[in-house]
Amino acid sequence: MTNHWADIKHADVIVVMGGNSAEAHPCGFKWVIEAKVKNNAKLVVIDPRFTRTASVADIYCPIRPGTDIAFLNAVTKYLLDHDKLQHEYVNAYTNCGFIVKEGFGFQDGLFTGYDEEKRDYDKATWEYEIGPDGYAVVDPTLQHPRCVMQLLKQHVAQYTPELVERICGSPKEKFLQICELIATTSVPDRTMSSLYALGWTHHSKGSQNIRAMTIVQMLLGNIGMLGGGMNALRGHSNIQGLTDLGLMSNLLPGYMTLPQEREVTLADYMSTKRFKPLRPGQTSYWQNYGKFFVSFQKAFYGKAATKENDWAYDYLPKLDVLAYDVLRAFEMAQDGKISGYVIQGFNPLMSFPNRAKMTEAFSKMKFIVVMDPLQTETARFWQDHGEYNAVDPKAIQTEVFELPTTCFAEDEGSLSNSSRWLQWHWAAQEAPAEARSDIDIMASLHLRIKALYEKEGGAFPDPILNVNWPYEIEDAPRPDELAREINGYTLADIKDASGAVIPAGKQVDGFAQLTDDGTTACGCWVYSGCFTEKGNQMARRDNTDPGDRGIAPNWAWAWPSNRRILYNRASCDPQGKPWAERKKLMEWNGSRWVGFDVPDYGPTVAPDKNVGPFIMNPEGVARLFVRGLMRDGPFPAHYEPFESPQANLTAPKIRGNPASRIFKRDLAQLGEPKDYPYAATSYRLTEHFHFWTKHARVNAILQPEFFVEISEQLAAEKGVSRGDWVRVWSPRGSIKAKAVVTKRIKPLMCDGKAVHVVGIPHHFGFTGSTKPGFGPNSLTPVVGDANIETPEFKAWLVNLERTTPPAVPVA
Amino acid sequence: MADYTSLDIVQRSASTDQPPTVRSKTEVAKLIDVSRCIGCKACQVACQEWNDIRDTVGENTGVYDNPHDLSAKTWTLMRFTEYEQTGGELEFLIRKDGCMHCTDPGCLKACPSPGAIVQYANGIVDFVEENCIGCGYCIKGCPFNIPRISQEDRKAYKCTLCSDRVAVGQAPACAKACPTGAIMFGTKEAMIEQADHRVVDLKSRGFDHAGLYNPLGVGGTHVMYVLHHADKPEIYANLPNNPHISPLVNFWKGGFKIVGLASLAFAAIGGFLHYITAGPDEVPKSEEQEAAHDAEGYTK
Amino acid sequence: MTMQMSRRTLMKGIGAGVAVSSLGSLGFAALEPAMAASVRAYKLAQTRETRNTCPYCSVACGVIMYSLGDKSKNARASVLHIEGDPDHPVNRGTLCPKGAGLLDFVHSETRTKYPMHRAPGSTEMKRVSWDFALDRIARLLKDDRDKNFIAKSGDVTVNRWVSTGFLGASATTNETAYLTYKVVRSMGAVTFDNQARV
Repeated sequence: MTNHWADIKHADVIVVMGGNSAEAHPCGFKWVIEAKVKNNAKLVVIDPRFTRTASVADIYCPIRPGTDIAFLNAVTKYLLDHDKLQHEYVNAYTNCGFIVKEGFGFQDGLFTGYDEEKRDYDKATWEYEIGPDGYAVVDPTLQHPRCVMQLLKQHVAQYTPELVERICGSPKEKFLQICELIATTSVPDRTMSSLYALGWTHHSKGSQNIRAMTIVQMLLGNIGMLGGGMNALRGHSNIQGLTDLGLMSNLLPGYMTLPQEREVTLADYMSTKRFKPLRPGQTSYWQNYGKFFVSFQKAFYGKAATKENDWAYDYLPKLDVLAYDVLRAFEMAQDGKISGYVIQGFNPLMSFPNRAKMTEAFSKMKFIVVMDPLQTETARFWQDHGEYNAVDPKAIQTEVFELPTTCFAEDEGSLSNSSRWLQWHWAAQEAPAEARSDIDIMASLHLRIKALYEKEGGAFPDPILNVNWPYEIEDAPRPDELAREINGYTLADIKDASGAVIPAGKQVDGFAQLTDDGTTACGCWVYSGCFTEKGNQMARRDNTDPGDRGIAPNWAWAWPSNRRILYNRASCDPQGKPWAERKKLMEWNGSRWVGFDVPDYGPTVAPDKNVGPFIMNPEGVARLFVRGLMRDGPFPAHYEPFESPQANLTAPKIRGNPASRIFKRDLAQLGEPKDYPYAATSYRLTEHFHFWTKHARVNAILQPEFFVEISEQLAAEKGVSRGDWVRVWSPRGSIKAKAVVTKRIKPLMCDGKAVHVVGIPHHFGFTGSTKPGFGPNSLTPVVGDANIETPEFKAWLVNLERTTPPAVPVA
Repeated sequence: MADYTSLDIVQRSASTDQPPTVRSKTEVAKLIDVSRCIGCKACQVACQEWNDIRDTVGENTGVYDNPHDLSAKTWTLMRFTEYEQTGGELEFLIRKDGCMHCTDPGCLKACPSPGAIVQYANGIVDFVEENCIGCGYCIKGCPFNIPRISQEDRKAYKCTLCSDRVAVGQAPACAKACPTGAIMFGTKEAMIEQADHRVVDLKSRGFDHAGLYNPLGVGGTHVMYVLHHADKPEIYANLPNNPHISPLVNFWKGGFKIVGLASLAFAAIGGFLHYITAGPDEVPKSEEQEAAHDAEGYTK
Repeated sequence: MTMQMSRRTLMKGIGAGVAVSSLGSLGFAALEPAMAASVRAYKLAQTRETRNTCPYCSVACGVIMYSLGDKSKNARASVLHIEGDPDHPVNRGTLCPKGAGLLDFVHSETRTKYPMHRAPGSTEMKRVSWDFALDRIARLLKDDRDKNFIAKSGDVTVNRWVSTGFLGASATTNETAYLTYKVVRSMGAVTFDNQARV
């Protein structure tokens, strides 16, 4: 979230699209209700199903799964056509006037530079024109035909309300009603909050779904504003934290990246990181990359990281592909190229697409290790559970370990929520039976592996032998020890910005004190400030809320620098005055930025310095046109899901997202609408959380059994009554479920043809207290978002028929 | 001076004794704002968690309602209705069902067992299981079809409005948990005031018939609803339009019960009452009217 | 169900009812004992409170965990109730159906309790000791790393280990995640992901 949960109460319009926040985040959703009750806000829900969020909406509009970009680009067109922009904001804070290189274009659904063979673009033309002064060329009049504003107008011109109706199946009058409402927030004193989640990310163009709404929000001047923002409602309690800390194939903590093979030396690596400002005087904060990187290496490798060895640069693995994401990993595993998997608190058998492929992949591994507080399906993938897991255990040679772990009630530490708050918690009971904390297990594994290398030698043992391990009890590091290391500390006396000396061995106050000469160590620069000499900032519990802004700045700690609303400099006009008194967040008092939040800006940088509010970007402004930073285009374009009931009306020859990677076997398993006529989508139910709460008796009582949802019309066509068993299948698998026949799903009229939607909830499996069932992943295709490989779980094709109950599973 | 945590008993089933009246009383109420409800069932969970009850894990029957009905171990549940307005606009009406804590409780009037059902000064109607004989008259006496008899111990159970929590100044578990404030708790006066604000807001959003459900047929209730369509309560999973206590129960309560108890011919009377109350279907309309007429005459 | 009760059962029930309460009803009941029996004792009166955060979604509601035992040496703590933290600025004491049911997660019948091991081709899992499990896993990891580690790609030092995958949890603490990162990355592992996308 650029903003945070309680901030939603300040919104005047709330659009829930690509999510179902009332069901998935009920306690965060209270702030939507608060906005309605106290702020007279209007709630808009755009979803293929009339969800429980829709049940309290002012306007509900149906949409065919996977067509959000067509809808949102049409909203952009509406705003441009009706001149509903926050002009002063757009002109000052976006790249609308930047001139794009000659040769950039978009035709037949493709941007310039497409290579069909590679399914990739040569992005050379997706760049600004650079002037003789080395800076990007800007036309403040916005008249230049190649300025971003003109290109945007051109790009969205085809997205008319009529096209929306034909592609999305959303009625034109509903669409226009929503546009009118959204447009009311183009004035400075009204804001709109966009709430989204996996409903946008689970697509082969997930990142561009989000981009499409970001463009709308920037045109309306709603970023950095109270009650505005792009608010990603993260799924799990600490998935924000795991991402911040870089637990991904290609990341280092704090959104730094793992080296690629071409970055042979540290100098090569650094040459692409310290972005030079693209406009005069801009901050371009990544220029500090070296300080964050060296401090990280010092935290990780301690004395073994020296200036002489380039701070142990070679201890880091280098990638030969963009990333070994899970779709790639299980593709390799299917070919027997993965020996084992260590799985911590994760249930991949049920979570990754194409369960049959997952089962095959796991069966080819030598071993898997599952660390979990609950008995997962993954740890039992080799067990015969009748129709629910039809395998022959004797034929599976995988060695399996299931290690019992503590859960939240038994451990201590911090979690990072969607608002980027790090909140500390404490244990209330001891671990049950022989369960151990993940920290102890990982530490023990490390120490045992290290001992083996010490004894036997082996492949490049240096980083294992030299990793910094300063913990009092080696096989049980304490959470507070780790938190201190994440925050960072001085290794020698250093001077802060004011010239004052900070002695060696002290916790740093924040990332501004980090150095690139090896005198500081910091595990994750964005978290620096969480555990300072003043103590554990994450454990703070003062909920005082000055000005009723919902900010509560002394409750826990938010990254970066305890800032609660990102880009908050943009809440003021270029002169430093709040755009509107009722949306006041901060202001320039003549010598400093002051207000309710920590400024996302140099605290003493005067407005007349013309430093843009988007300080991480070398442009200093927000990007309507995102240059070559995304693999599938600088503007979002409508692409159908890889399996779709309709050809792409804007580019009939293109299947799916042309820049998405898809492996051969997975491509061969895509279905066609003649065999699989129904548009399937998957989702969460409010009664359950992922695959966990089926283990909690009380939640099993609330929603005891797997089902699929279909419209009354489809049910009538198929002779299905409420509560009947149905079979649903795709080229990748077949499942059985009870049928919920509902008025909340209606056939959508798309280009003159009725499209039936089949809704398939996630949550059920063959362990736990609920009745045995399936997950949608038995059916879903293996293809991901072009940029980050999030699987296309929200839009694919199935067929459906009435059937008999599944065979009783073997006991 | 008002103590809404008071557990002074103001009514007691099958008893003639007079309650103490010296202390002032303040009534409490739970306000269920259907227009804010997202049907998440947090209230169902909070109720089971607080009261240490767990129903059986059921099955899906093609709807979201689970469990499917109230039981001795399910004291509250969400009832979902897909309602299409005449214009075709869909509404997903979600009503939290459970004891209404009537000011004039039919269950208490019908109960033949002394002290098995009590009403406190704060308005809560509570079942005292120790005194319950499992006869089921409370079910017949209830115009909302709420109490259920346990198959395990043959005693009647229903929502207590968390009398144990209210007694120490806390809101009922469901009200505390409710993520969207669809369940509010406070003095009855405050809840009526809150409802008034909500009705104004709903009317401004086009719900011309929004209103408060606090039915006078049972003397008002200590669980009230804000409805977007207060003119049609029945569309919310058959919420009674004009609930009232069966005339038969009033007849029994009106004094006949006392005579019956005193005579120690209790079992026989019980049998008679079972006959007259064991399901309206079994009682011909004419007989019922006759009885009602008799009852009226008797109480006058 | 209730109404299917036989007349005979009803008579028996009433008989029992009379036995325990007819005296009261005849003798004009004592109100005080009735009150005492009617209200359940408030179950949290003397429990120990611990602040925690709901481990499910990313709202991260504050919860208060009430446990048996006052942390004295001889008492083994056990959580008996979990409720929203009214001080928390986001949830303000409320909880959703998942959070309100956390107690059943903590005490789930299907929680893992002992290290278990399934041998290749076996139809069952067997309880093993922690030492057995950790030693065996360490051996498997080292053997695979030594066998498949890629030190060079041409002339370029790449030091990567692809052939064993690691998946990070989604509800473990930042401190756990950081230590996991340290252990995994120091081995050069690149087949590493978390649950952010699913």
